[in-house]
Amino acid sequence: MQVTSSVRQPLVTGGKTYHDVTHDISRQVEGKPSLLWFLAFLTAAGVLALGAIALVATLWEGIGMWGLNKTVGWAWDITNFVWWVGIGHAGTLISAVLLLFRQKWRTSINRAAEAMTIFAVICAAQFPIIHMGRPWLGAYWALPLPNTFGSLWVNFNSPLLWDVFAISTYFSVSLVFWYIGLIPDFATIRDRATGLRKTIYGALSFGWDGAAKTWMRYESVSLILAGLATPLVLSVHTIVSFDFATSVIPGWHTTIFPPYFVAGAIFSGFAMVLTLMIITRKVFKLEDYITIGHIELMNIVIIITGSIVGIAYITEFFIAWYSGVEAEQYAFINRATGPYWWAYWSMMTCNVISPQLFWFKKIRTSIVATFLLSLVVNIGMWFERFVIIVTSLHRDYLPSSWAMFYPTWADVGVYLFTFGLFFSLFFLFAKFFPVINMAEVKSVLKSSSEKVVK
Amino acid sequence: MAHHGEHHYNLEQRFDFTAATKKSIMTVLVIGAILLGIGIVLAMTGGHHEEAGEAGGHAFHWYERLYANLWINNVFFTGIAIVGVFFFAIQFAAQAGWSTPLLRVMLSFGNWLPIAGLLMIATFFLANHDLFHWTHAYLFDQNDPQYDKIIDGKGAFFYWPMEKGTFPVFYIARMVLFFGFWVLFFNKFKKISDQEDQLGGTSHWFKMRSWSAYFLVFFAVSSSISAWDWVMSIDTHWFSTLFGWYVFASWFVSGLSAITLLTIFLKGRGYLEMVNENHVHDLGKFVFGFSIFWTYLWFSQFLLIYYANIPEESVYFIERLSSDVYGGFIFVNLGLNFFLPFLVLMTRDSKRHGVFLKLVCTILLVGHWVDFFLMIQPGTLGHNGGIGFMEVGMFLVYGSAVALVVLGGLAKKNLIAKNHPMLEESYHHHI
Repeated sequence: MQVTSSVRQPLVTGGKTYHDVTHDISRQVEGKPSLLWFLAFLTAAGVLALGAIALVATLWEGIGMWGLNKTVGWAWDITNFVWWVGIGHAGTLISAVLLLFRQKWRTSINRAAEAMTIFAVICAAQFPIIHMGRPWLGAYWALPLPNTFGSLWVNFNSPLLWDVFAISTYFSVSLVFWYIGLIPDFATIRDRATGLRKTIYGALSFGWDGAAKTWMRYESVSLILAGLATPLVLSVHTIVSFDFATSVIPGWHTTIFPPYFVAGAIFSGFAMVLTLMIITRKVFKLEDYITIGHIELMNIVIIITGSIVGIAYITEFFIAWYSGVEAEQYAFINRATGPYWWAYWSMMTCNVISPQLFWFKKIRTSIVATFLLSLVVNIGMWFERFVIIVTSLHRDYLPSSWAMFYPTWADVGVYLFTFGLFFSLFFLFAKFFPVINMAEVKSVLKSSSEKVVK
Repeated sequence: MAHHGEHHYNLEQRFDFTAATKKSIMTVLVIGAILLGIGIVLAMTGGHHEEAGEAGGHAFHWYERLYANLWINNVFFTGIAIVGVFFFAIQFAAQAGWSTPLLRVMLSFGNWLPIAGLLMIATFFLANHDLFHWTHAYLFDQNDPQYDKIIDGKGAFFYWPMEKGTFPVFYIARMVLFFGFWVLFFNKFKKISDQEDQLGGTSHWFKMRSWSAYFLVFFAVSSSISAWDWVMSIDTHWFSTLFGWYVFASWFVSGLSAITLLTIFLKGRGYLEMVNENHVHDLGKFVFGFSIFWTYLWFSQFLLIYYANIPEESVYFIERLSSDVYGGFIFVNLGLNFFLPFLVLMTRDSKRHGVFLKLVCTILLVGHWVDFFLMIQPGTLGHNGGIGFMEVGMFLVYGSAVALVVLGGLAKKNLIAKNHPMLEESYHHHI
């Protein structure tokens, strides 16, 4: 028996019944795509096509198309990579960690958040692949296939290789987790459909029969996958942070990186979830499922993770001074006051200061403010990676090698390409897949909807 | 709610701190004191302080080991006390319902905080030169042959606004401020709990949520800084940005273990009858999960320092691993705090049965004490340290003193937050 305390906010408003849930969520899958959807999808696909020009140019000419130089040998590529991987983390946090903590509010946002995870990881994966110059060979080397022939070994000491393993494992588990969650909902759509749609959703639902035994298996698989995904989500950004922290570069080599990167990843991921969900709930009229209460809770996660990130920034700054290591001290002073001061202060403002506005209940329950701040956080987290990567590199040990990084049109274009890819995939998902997990929302309907609470 | 009538739990129950319980704790305390006494006598009479004398002009005295022990236990048990308050606040901030019958158990650990604060400050004044290298004035005197440029560079962190090498105002002020605010928050939580018991209604729950958020903000900053102050500054040259969170993780696992043990103890005495294996399971999951989290931080810190191999950082681990005294304890630390809880608490059943948790949580308390031993002794005692009668005795003395204070505090108030708006939810907690 479930009992819900009167101090809890309802998770589903509007007195919805089981049938309402099915109807409200399936209708956009079943209906004709709206004009708005077409416009949105075409815009995304257009950005994708435009960015593809830069991608083709980069593949044709080589990565000399990018603004890298011999001092700043890593810049936009890896910034974008870390940014996208980070965004992916929120989906797993919502679906796996919140499942382990039995947070019922996750049920209406987990589906879209997991989809976002998968698409974001796909976008992230583009950068290391493109960076290989000849990806058709690189993919084969990094797997590492030649290993099995005994002639060539990849560098197992390199965190970049650990990244390949970590991200591919994470991607596989996330994909399976997301898909298994979709199966009962596909079956629901199958059962309501006729003709071709019935065949397609029937195939997608793997013959789901909704028997008690099937549900039991579903629940145990979900728990096992959540248990697997939780250490994986930590491992991914931990290893991403190792890409930098195992080096001896001042500003990169610091022990706080692993947990701080994980917190930052969740922070940026929640911002992206909010950006997407605020639009989705409006366009698909899902305000009764993704309520202000959900938005408020996500904003609280943003305050917490933003503050953790803030404490990490301050800790790094303080320890740089405390260490007495001159290079370390210079790296941080240079970040805040050197030629990239604007990037540093954008990061500080966007990531540390602006999320504190969510302490005001008025702001964290305002849709407009939340939407704007979610964009601000996304911008801030991009700058964070840019600051860490470029400002640490651009002052070489030899002052004669000091340099600046200027992005070329190809840098910008490839980044645009991933935006196009991300939004094209997300819009396709939003149209053809149920954006809210109907089955799981139904499971909390009785205990947590407005009808029962009031 | 329509289900009130179904349960006949005694919501007015109060822990009876019987003379028999007191006597058993006192027995442990006396045994600890005897062991401590033996350790002191052995250290005074035997010992190898003659050879230490030639090492660096600094003769080793037996009481330095006593001071180091005081410091280990001060830091360790302060952690358990503040984690009790922290975990209590987390329940409100996260709107947790399952843990409602355990709230007073968590909060009771805060009773140790005022004493912990006094002990910490007293020990600092008694033993500063023997614990903290940076307290020596000659380090900051440019004309002294032992002048240390690096420590001079960070001197302001301890001495500001006074002259370096004089009186560490800033350091002491932080210590007083942290304990002051922690006690203040603890008293506030107790007060709101009392009012809730007397007056009922949901307003106290909302009030507690706000105060919990304020506390968590203060704790987030103060826990890291106190780790730098009380532990990291012992190895004055060394630094690690992760250290604050690492100490927090060690504290957190110790605190969770202590909360779990006290819960099982109370259940064994017939209290907390609404707490069933589901609640115990959740506590077990926290102990399991955060043991892994502690290991994650241990490993992250170790791997990054090992991999980059920068001398001023790697010295910390080299000093420990290559030492005859401490080398083995690195593996004891990992074995007790990771492998054991990881393997034993892996299955669902072991987290639901008190007997496994009693074993694992007791070992974890010892294990994390070893963790603090490894953080504190190498920098204070060097090769004169180790685990002997003095260590075991002092640990038992502190442990039983904490038990007396915590249980004494627990006995003063109701054991169950009877008017908590989520109590009903916790009755129906099934996992």
